Amino acid sequence: MSAIRAVSGRALPLRGDDIDTDRIIPARFLVAVTFEGLGEHAFEDDRAALSGAHAFDRPEFRGASILLVNRNFGCGSSREHAPQALQRRGIRAIVGESFSEIFAGNALVLGLPCVTASYEVVEKLQSLAEAQPDIAFTLDLESETVTAGDLTASVALKGATRDALLAGTWDSTGALLARFDEVRAVAAKLPYVGGFQASTGR
Amino acid sequence: MGATLFRKIWDAHAVRTLPNGQTQLFVGLHLVHEVTSPQAFEMLRARGLGVAFPDRTVATVDHIVPTLSQARPFADAAADEMLARLSRSCAEHGIRLFDLGDERQGIVHVIGPELGLTQPGMTIACGDSHTSTHGAFGAVAFGIGTSQVRDVLASQCLALDPLKVRRIDLTGRLAPGVAAKDVILALLARLGVTGGNGFAYEYGGEAVDAMSMDERMTLCNMSIEGGARVGYVNPDETTFAYLSGRPFAPQGEAFERAVAWWKTLASDGDAVYDDRITLDASSLEPVVTWGINPGQSVPVSGHVPHETDADGPERASLSEALAYMGLDGGERIEGTRIDVAFIGSCTNGRLSDLREAAKIAKGRKVSPHVRALVVPGSVAVKTAAEHEGLDVIFRDAGFEWRNAGCSMCLAMNPDRLNGREVCASSSNRNFPGRQGSPTGRTLLMSPAMVAAAAVAGEVVDVRRLL
Repeated sequence: MSAIRAVSGRALPLRGDDIDTDRIIPARFLVAVTFEGLGEHAFEDDRAALSGAHAFDRPEFRGASILLVNRNFGCGSSREHAPQALQRRGIRAIVGESFSEIFAGNALVLGLPCVTASYEVVEKLQSLAEAQPDIAFTLDLESETVTAGDLTASVALKGATRDALLAGTWDSTGALLARFDEVRAVAAKLPYVGGFQASTGR
Repeated sequence: MGATLFRKIWDAHAVRTLPNGQTQLFVGLHLVHEVTSPQAFEMLRARGLGVAFPDRTVATVDHIVPTLSQARPFADAAADEMLARLSRSCAEHGIRLFDLGDERQGIVHVIGPELGLTQPGMTIACGDSHTSTHGAFGAVAFGIGTSQVRDVLASQCLALDPLKVRRIDLTGRLAPGVAAKDVILALLARLGVTGGNGFAYEYGGEAVDAMSMDERMTLCNMSIEGGARVGYVNPDETTFAYLSGRPFAPQGEAFERAVAWWKTLASDGDAVYDDRITLDASSLEPVVTWGINPGQSVPVSGHVPHETDADGPERASLSEALAYMGLDGGERIEGTRIDVAFIGSCTNGRLSDLREAAKIAKGRKVSPHVRALVVPGSVAVKTAAEHEGLDVIFRDAGFEWRNAGCSMCLAMNPDRLNGREVCASSSNRNFPGRQGSPTGRTLLMSPAMVAAAAVAGEVVDVRRLL
């Protein structure tokens, strides 16, 4: 893991509220023991329904790495397959009005920042990307801004999320194992862990 | 100043504050299923890590299991491989697995409670968003992703930020024919699908006090559809009576000690909440979703909204939903023709749900143009239902009687919609494509309402069939 201070690249505007994880990666692609190959199936059914007109299929957005979304992105199923599929398709950061908590958490563990901005800001960014698909966007996590051409807009992310990305410490396993004696101590104090035996009762 | 149950449980399980400011929280019960765990076990292997507390981890299979023939190997080789992989991982790490063929197998959120694994005061995690179900017992239970499944396997802990608590008071009693499902759908319509972001929902009040554990589970189950990762009910005599004698619940004197502890966990009378709302439960009628998220619903006597009922960005959502569902707006929801009826899922696949549906199905026939399925939530539910003769009632009426699993709630097994079929469903999500056809349409409602729709061939008010 290395620190993520900024993400630069072209942007991909994907309009719509409440885009759930079943749409991001339909359940049938979860019948697999690995995350490999998920990228090609991202938004498969939505793309088929739009026969080439979906933002992920439009040639002008090919290779874009910053996804611009609206409200409640990633709601529904807790499947980590959703951010895995987007990351494997080349998405390196997501800017949206709001995210489901589980999705944003799953994305963070992969080092995929989800940052929020107002409806007006997202609208401006999406319109800009649609009008000038070649324009370079930069999401700066330190200053919490997105810049593209003459436009600079502020975005927000949780302090802990920002710190984790800037320090390159978003993988939590190491931290959770660092003081394992304290984990055992908490477990020992919970009456149910000891089966409510008299000696462990409160 | 008093504390909420959420705060008490959180504090009892907090290990330390992590360098990034998050809380390291001990997980009392980790439930594992075949879909979101294989990659997690693989990550452990890659890092040379073991399972920290295998005795606090329980696994079963539910999402991909076929509900017709369950003979191995399955027709779907990839699905069969997933089951084999889980079985190997559990054996390797000493994790208890309720596999296919075991009488304790079933949907993870159905078997946890019915085995007495789910108990008040626990923190519970599972790689499935409907883990909120277990909050019905006064536990703090949340859905997690696969990397977090890895974390819990490795450390029995999660890195989390605390939630705010919204108290939801449900006053009055439910009218006959109105179910817990109608309550949660009405709440989602009122609070919206993002209203719960950052919150745990605490449900209470006269209507909740009167609910059975099955009903409380339905309520908590769909908290996540409102954005609330956690939903819970304070434990009471109903909770204790349900748990008494369950295989994994404490027994004898240990049970008495458990009850004494559980009673201390309920939110204090003077607990301070971050938000508080009240809903008059006695005024509710059966609710049906018309759109593409669970907040888009109307009472059964109501009409689908018009596109012009909303402004700005809301209007775009409304018109997208109307277009997907093939609606003009303004239609009466009653009378909507259906093609498929599905009774089951972690929301409404328990014995009491099947009983309510069977009351409607008894002596009636499924409409000739409707394909109707009943999928019990677990082997134990199936066995108990058969003991009461519910299977005979359903079969006589023309329903298919299947084996336990998640089935057509998310269509990861062979049970799915075809084309633009409309399904009256007792499940939890009406997202586009959710039930296995990219253009399939879902109307969420209570199990009794699904049974009524199955016999009528269209959405009807179940209260007229009582």
